[in-house]
Amino acid sequence: MVGKPRAAIVAVAESDLGKTPGKTAVQLQAQAARRAVMEAGLTFKDIDGVFAHTDGVFPSLMITEYLGIKATYTDSTAAGGLSNPSHVVHAIAAIEAGLCNVALITYGSTQASDASRKLGGVPEDPRSPRSQFVTPYGQMTPLGYYAMAARRHMYQYGTTSEQMAEVAVAARKWAQLNPKAYRREPLTVEEVLSSQIIAEPLHVRDCCLVTDGGGAVIVTSVARAKLLRKKPVYILGAAENQSHHFTPFDVKDWLDTGLAATAQRAMQMASVTQKDLDVVQIYDHFTIGVIQALEELGFCKRGEGGQFVTGGRIAPGGSFPLNTSGGGLSYGHPGMFGIFLIIEAVRQLCGECGERQVKDAKLALCQAASLVFSAHTTLILGRD
Amino acid sequence: MSNRPLPMPTEDTKPYWEGAKAGKLMIQKCTACGSLQFYPRTYCMGCLNESMTWVEASGNGTVYAFTINHRPANEYMKDKTPYAVAAIDLDEGVRMLANIVESDIMKVKCGAGVQVVFEKASEEITLPQFKLAG
Repeated sequence: MVGKPRAAIVAVAESDLGKTPGKTAVQLQAQAARRAVMEAGLTFKDIDGVFAHTDGVFPSLMITEYLGIKATYTDSTAAGGLSNPSHVVHAIAAIEAGLCNVALITYGSTQASDASRKLGGVPEDPRSPRSQFVTPYGQMTPLGYYAMAARRHMYQYGTTSEQMAEVAVAARKWAQLNPKAYRREPLTVEEVLSSQIIAEPLHVRDCCLVTDGGGAVIVTSVARAKLLRKKPVYILGAAENQSHHFTPFDVKDWLDTGLAATAQRAMQMASVTQKDLDVVQIYDHFTIGVIQALEELGFCKRGEGGQFVTGGRIAPGGSFPLNTSGGGLSYGHPGMFGIFLIIEAVRQLCGECGERQVKDAKLALCQAASLVFSAHTTLILGRD
Repeated sequence: MSNRPLPMPTEDTKPYWEGAKAGKLMIQKCTACGSLQFYPRTYCMGCLNESMTWVEASGNGTVYAFTINHRPANEYMKDKTPYAVAAIDLDEGVRMLANIVESDIMKVKCGAGVQVVFEKASEEITLPQFKLAG
């Protein structure tokens, strides 16, 4: 028996994906938001909470204005790729506190069309801790830190590049079943290993894609959700934590991050354990991140993540359906992937996934990490 | 040289960068509880004491983790690839980031001993770096 639902998701939608030349990030968010409110049978007059994240400042006010919403609550929490899952946690609290009734959560980015992930990235204040103690050394962030974590994982546990490659190959196999995925051509372990090496031991195919795209999620109370068009997906557990920005010098073990704590809290809130879950979505910024997360989530022992992902276990037809959209590695990664973890989990629970549908999926876990193992969010979703 | 991203020291970090210029790796120490912290901050993160002093580190440490970059992180690094970036645990107990220089970077390993060296990056800034020990 699962725990009492805290809130419900009543619609999810993507914008156009892949390459969207001519579109702005705001337009993509608006497009996804329109699709989501229509799916829920709502209008923007029903929305009174806006949670948005994108490049640029004050995004939730930008979205509120663009959509003509009269909000009583907004939140522009910017904590990297997990910002939208974090918004879900905040939306639950806001709804329970009576600060808003129907929350719209959006994301959009045109980073592929803008070619904005250039060398050096966004200029930063040269007095910031990162500028003083990280940037002068030519560390790519977040990539360099995950490369270091991968190296450490190999050193401590004997994990191999082949095992990391299995994560990318499984993601590609799922993407081949998803018409919306950006990269669908076959991919082998050998091709991952012979792809360009970026920061040892990570190759380009160990890294998420750079695409355009946007998404929207609508959250409301359980009572309100029951009156709407779609069968609700319930939020049964939700937890987050945060500890640093781009200088993780005080995290002594880079393979034991805050992730495990959010997983334990969320599963406890939902009264579920690992074996109850039917489908899992893990933020796959880098292949090593998935291996590490599987361990910290308690799906296998510490150090056994590399073994866990081999033999097709996480690929279609395997015993552990993971990142069923194709993930950030193959479906697409418009800068921040968090909202797409939720979208895919909800669709799996609604039975809308066609060829890649996990049979009778009733309980899903979404796990996101941000920046350089700086912040973590775990959500447990379920249906009747 | 001019396109290299370099730090702009603050009041809190000035003694660190002044130390590096003089060939010393300086670490912040709390005068009340004695704990060391990196990077330097306005007060002690452990006991909130505002009276911080500086001690010279031995310059010896261990590689906690590392990567070899084949893609440059910025324009300046373009002709430096492949280069090693490492997380270094100083013998004094704090962790910092640096390049492994003056060494065969193919020999860098987790757990390898390293020793501080100093690289003059501009008139104002000298960067603490590390080389493989022994």
